[in-house]
Amino acid sequence: MLEIKDLNVFYGAIHALKGVSLTVDEGELVSLIGANGAGKTTTLHTISGLITASSGTVMLDGQDLQKASPHRIINMGLAHVPEGRHVFARMTVEENLRMGAYILKDQKKINENLEKVYSHFPRLKERWKQLAGTLSGGEQQMLATGRALMTDPRIVLMDEPSMGLSPLLVKEIFSIIQQLHDSGITILLVEQNAKMALAISDRAYVLETGCIAMSGKASELAEDDRVRKAYLGA
Amino acid sequence: MSTFIQTLIVGIRLGSVYALVALGYTMVYGIIRLINFAHGDFIMVGGYTMIFTVPVALALGLPAWAAVAAAAVVCALVGMGTELIAYRPVRKKGSNMTALITAIAMSLFLENLAQAIPAIGPNPKVASQIFAPGGIEIGTVTLEYTTIFTIIISAVVMLLLYWFTQRTRMGRAMRCVAEDKAAATLMGINVNNTILLTFAIGSGLAAVAALMYMAQYPRIYTTMGSLLGLKAFVSAVLGGIGIIPGAVLGGVVIGLVESFTTSYISSSMADTFVFLILIIVLVLKPAGIMGKNVGEKV
Repeated sequence: MLEIKDLNVFYGAIHALKGVSLTVDEGELVSLIGANGAGKTTTLHTISGLITASSGTVMLDGQDLQKASPHRIINMGLAHVPEGRHVFARMTVEENLRMGAYILKDQKKINENLEKVYSHFPRLKERWKQLAGTLSGGEQQMLATGRALMTDPRIVLMDEPSMGLSPLLVKEIFSIIQQLHDSGITILLVEQNAKMALAISDRAYVLETGCIAMSGKASELAEDDRVRKAYLGA
Repeated sequence: MSTFIQTLIVGIRLGSVYALVALGYTMVYGIIRLINFAHGDFIMVGGYTMIFTVPVALALGLPAWAAVAAAAVVCALVGMGTELIAYRPVRKKGSNMTALITAIAMSLFLENLAQAIPAIGPNPKVASQIFAPGGIEIGTVTLEYTTIFTIIISAVVMLLLYWFTQRTRMGRAMRCVAEDKAAATLMGINVNNTILLTFAIGSGLAAVAALMYMAQYPRIYTTMGSLLGLKAFVSAVLGGIGIIPGAVLGGVVIGLVESFTTSYISSSMADTFVFLILIIVLVLKPAGIMGKNVGEKV
């Protein structure tokens, strides 16, 4: 479904991504793990057009995402939950969710999707009138995720959903991701919490200083000695 | 007592002109964090456009407001042109400071360009009466028609703008871009077009402000936007820059301070007090009267 080939990205003189290739098939939950600064967020930003690659291709179902303007990518069925959540702090929960459906014009469809998101995240329904900036970190993560689901995307990119959350909330967020996966949504997950990510993923890629160092079934990577030493603290 | 009421009314009238101009500053600041120093000069552009279009409109048998609409369109185009030619390229490559200096340059450019155009030139022009003269008397207080028009039109324009930003799809997109450009892009919002729209609306409001200003002081000159723009900018900062209701509040406060100082102390002290109030408010509340520092929660 999503196919990335030989992606090269530079920040000035810094070579951030050095020929990254990866694929995500329909219905899969694939995670991209690696240390801080390995290029995980850069990879996601390049896919959704926030950063321009100097070479390489990003194809979604045969459409070239790099040929589209960044704001058109959501129209192609790809939603992105950014790192640090980036909810609109001065808007209410419901306004945030409705902004998620900005590209949809059909009010009935929007209301339907809103109810669907509320059923995934009952906590958001309780707080629909509250300003997003006053939510807790976990609730903001739910809001950012719900906002990304408002267009019925075919694939969702999730960037560090567990960042800055308490262990209890991390568990909750991961169980939500698993639920979304079970409901048939394709997910590319970027995580520093490799242990949790591998536990729920089908496949995984390990990114090291801009290169894919390893890839394979998540269950096998979780048993791999190198991965265990470097990322699982074993 | 009647002096007090008269002063109050004059202050509100003056304040509504400042508020209209302040809205332009605050909207642009809110969306690209740039103090658009050329905004005051958009008022001058609007003023001169009306000088030329009012006689044309009247000659064609059109109502005078058609000339105002033309001025709003011209101002909107100048505002969008400024963004496209000067600000957008600089924003891509330079720092905030570069953009700020570009804005000052744009202001000087517009003032000098106007002087260089033969039909405008350096000498002030007198505007023809747009509103009917006269007024109504309530007790000992005289309410000029121009005052009534100024206050009503400003209030309506501001309410419309508020409705637009809160209730329409484009207005919401504007608020999203103001808060977070990357997230707005991910929602499918065209950030550049939204910024352009903000310039168009803010500059269009400057044309309406030009009308109000000319109704009171029918003299037009190329640097007329400088002090007016500065006071409107002060209004925006006072209310909390980037916040739409803050600009309105700031404008009215500045208008009232100016008119009360003029009536009860001395007209030559009016500007002194305006800026003194600014300093006091910024010392006590640096984000402005309605400004808040929204921290990130984890």
